[in-house]
Amino acid sequence: MATTPAPASTRPDGDRMIVNMGPSHPVTHGTLHIVLELEGEFIVKATPNIGYLHRGVEKLGENLSYQQFIPLTDRLNYCSSLMNNVGYTLAVEKLLGIQDPPRSQVLRVLCSELARIGDHLVCIGINAVDIGAFTAFLYLFKERETIYDLFEMMAGQRLHSSFTRIGGLFRDIPAEFEPLCEQFLESCPRTVDEMESLLTHNPIWADRTKGVGAITPENAISWGYTGPCLRAAGVPQDLRKAQPYLGYESYEFDIPVATTGDIYDRYLVRTEEMRQSLRIVRQCLDRLRQIGPGPVIIEDYKIALPPKEKVYTRMESLIHHFKLIMHGMEMPVGEVYGATEAANGELGFYIVSHGAKSPYRIHVRPPCYPIFNSFDEQVRGRIIADAVAVLGGMNVIAGELDR
Amino acid sequence: MVTERIDAQLPGAVLDRHAFRGDETVVVAGERFLEVVDFIFGEGFQLLVDVTAVDLETRDPRFDVVYHFLNLASQARLRIKLPVAEAAPVPSLVSRFKSADWAEREVFDLFGIPFEGHPNLKRLLMWEDFPGHPLRKDFPLDGGDPFCSQDIGASYAPEARTLNP
Amino acid sequence: MGNLTLDDSVMTTRLDSVVNWARKNSLWPLPFGTACCAIEFMSMMASRYDFSRFGAEALRFSPRQSDMLLVLGTITNKQAPVLRQIYAQMAEPKWVVAVGVCASSGGMYRTYATLQGIDRVVPVDVYVPGCPPRPETMIYGVMELQKKITRETLMGRKEHIERFYQSLARQEERQRAQGLSSHQVVRDMVLEAGAAGAQQIW
Repeated sequence: MATTPAPASTRPDGDRMIVNMGPSHPVTHGTLHIVLELEGEFIVKATPNIGYLHRGVEKLGENLSYQQFIPLTDRLNYCSSLMNNVGYTLAVEKLLGIQDPPRSQVLRVLCSELARIGDHLVCIGINAVDIGAFTAFLYLFKERETIYDLFEMMAGQRLHSSFTRIGGLFRDIPAEFEPLCEQFLESCPRTVDEMESLLTHNPIWADRTKGVGAITPENAISWGYTGPCLRAAGVPQDLRKAQPYLGYESYEFDIPVATTGDIYDRYLVRTEEMRQSLRIVRQCLDRLRQIGPGPVIIEDYKIALPPKEKVYTRMESLIHHFKLIMHGMEMPVGEVYGATEAANGELGFYIVSHGAKSPYRIHVRPPCYPIFNSFDEQVRGRIIADAVAVLGGMNVIAGELDR
Repeated sequence: MVTERIDAQLPGAVLDRHAFRGDETVVVAGERFLEVVDFIFGEGFQLLVDVTAVDLETRDPRFDVVYHFLNLASQARLRIKLPVAEAAPVPSLVSRFKSADWAEREVFDLFGIPFEGHPNLKRLLMWEDFPGHPLRKDFPLDGGDPFCSQDIGASYAPEARTLNP
Repeated sequence: MGNLTLDDSVMTTRLDSVVNWARKNSLWPLPFGTACCAIEFMSMMASRYDFSRFGAEALRFSPRQSDMLLVLGTITNKQAPVLRQIYAQMAEPKWVVAVGVCASSGGMYRTYATLQGIDRVVPVDVYVPGCPPRPETMIYGVMELQKKITRETLMGRKEHIERFYQSLARQEERQRAQGLSSHQVVRDMVLEAGAAGAQQIW
């Protein structure tokens, strides 16, 4: 931890010292700044200072068309970019009142679950690295490379794929996707087992994470927690089961719920979620075979671009293409809040439309924002080493925190 | 519907209510806001999902502060909108929902809407002496930096916001 | 050990060459990771792309102990003075690699909050485009830096570093005089330079 100690505080409080954790620090959760007031090794007060990655995404969204906003959503939670794309396009589709074709829905579920596995791999890996367990990080990143290969095959880009479009997907998956995905479904459970053998019954890991950052369900709800951190605290809230979208009600999977909400429980919840996501991916592959080939984007050319063959041969399609690119989609006037269960919790998009090409107001509700808000309460009275573990367990991604 | 129960329990508090694409919205007057919040808290809307604001520059009152609530028991969602004039304070919900802490600070930072009763109302995303409130419609996207919008075509211009320019 | 002659165990070269050879093959990075490029950097450090083959396994998050500042991700206006301070604290020789389009030019974020390229506030040696650049691209960028280092001379302090420290002195003077935060002073300096047609404040 590269903390840059300032000279001892001049307040007459004895041993109190103020130490900066960040904004440049090795705890690689993006750029954060926490001002720690310490008495010896114990934290008296921790004040997070965020905004170091505030890029003005919401204001930029007011000047871009709905489709142009999709690459910006990629870069919110950059560990699981596809889930942000899916969440945003679902919100816009809710505003439009349309639904994407069945094959696109299954593919969106498939991508989301792969992205969820990827995010948990990074989260646990980084949490372990911060505490000192470097090996787990290397094993997990090897698996993440396979996920990157899958994304690259699907969308052409490893990390920020911008795979979804309003009304469906950019394109269908190639034939080589399925064998690689099958291979991934074989190797990933083995890697997760390997990681568990390194961490779950490891006394050092347990010492560093058990009892650290525990939170009661009522307190978690008051803080606005959602996602694995809320489920670790004992509240069985998962939007995939509670308010299903994309046909999640028809998939078989379980929601892991723990008891104390401490970092160890969050780790266990994330590990089990990875296994459940693998189950869903397996069902998606079966379902894709059942559905067979079909359209992956809605065939309403007032919303989705017509295929190139039609644009080149038919006047009407050319006009649709022109109108969509130059003038954007015709959006109804109104506002929606569309939420999905991202890897960190409830990722919400609040879109206000006045019927124009760009949204009048677009607001992203990041899942880790209220979780990081509770940082002071979580680490008060604990030692600095616990602050690092708690920060890792919260999975704070600065891209979505600051937008 | 909870919106009907609010109307029944607290007559006159709701200025407008509508449903669009499955989202329930109530528009509440400033003075009755805390009563409505306490009522829905009792109804089970105990998770304050988000607080944000919209700048409707030509309307008076200028801003709409928007609250989203989630009821974990019934999985119902509710949106409460509070029309607020320029510089008029809004009662803070920090004492009832801890998640209002940073959410309100962000609205203050980006819109300049003050929250009464907030224990630590300072800027959150921008730095302390940043001039202006970025998400207001009269604040330019490039923040006054000519280099920022150099060589950009029409799509970033305000005229492009209308469907038929 | 056999009969070693002088020719087998001694190599003659120029001081510049051998020092540059040593420096370029042991570049210890400071991963100034802010956003998505940091994740690709992590992939680069992991087993498949293995950055440590280039002598750069020793990640030193302290500016005092590193040579190469890898700026990975968007630098916002709030982060700009922090970047300047970290660069100032590094001991020479030091190099800066702007990884990703956000660090090189502001990327897709042409807004009030994003610094339109770190070369406005610190001197940059290599720009690696990409959003995010693949690990192979980043490795190529470091290899280009290695080629640049090979051509360096040991004589005198580099001019751009000298100018940077002068701009840092100007910034601190202005902070003292106006009583503003470092973020606001750097932002003002960047805006003034932009209005005057210059792009850099150093």
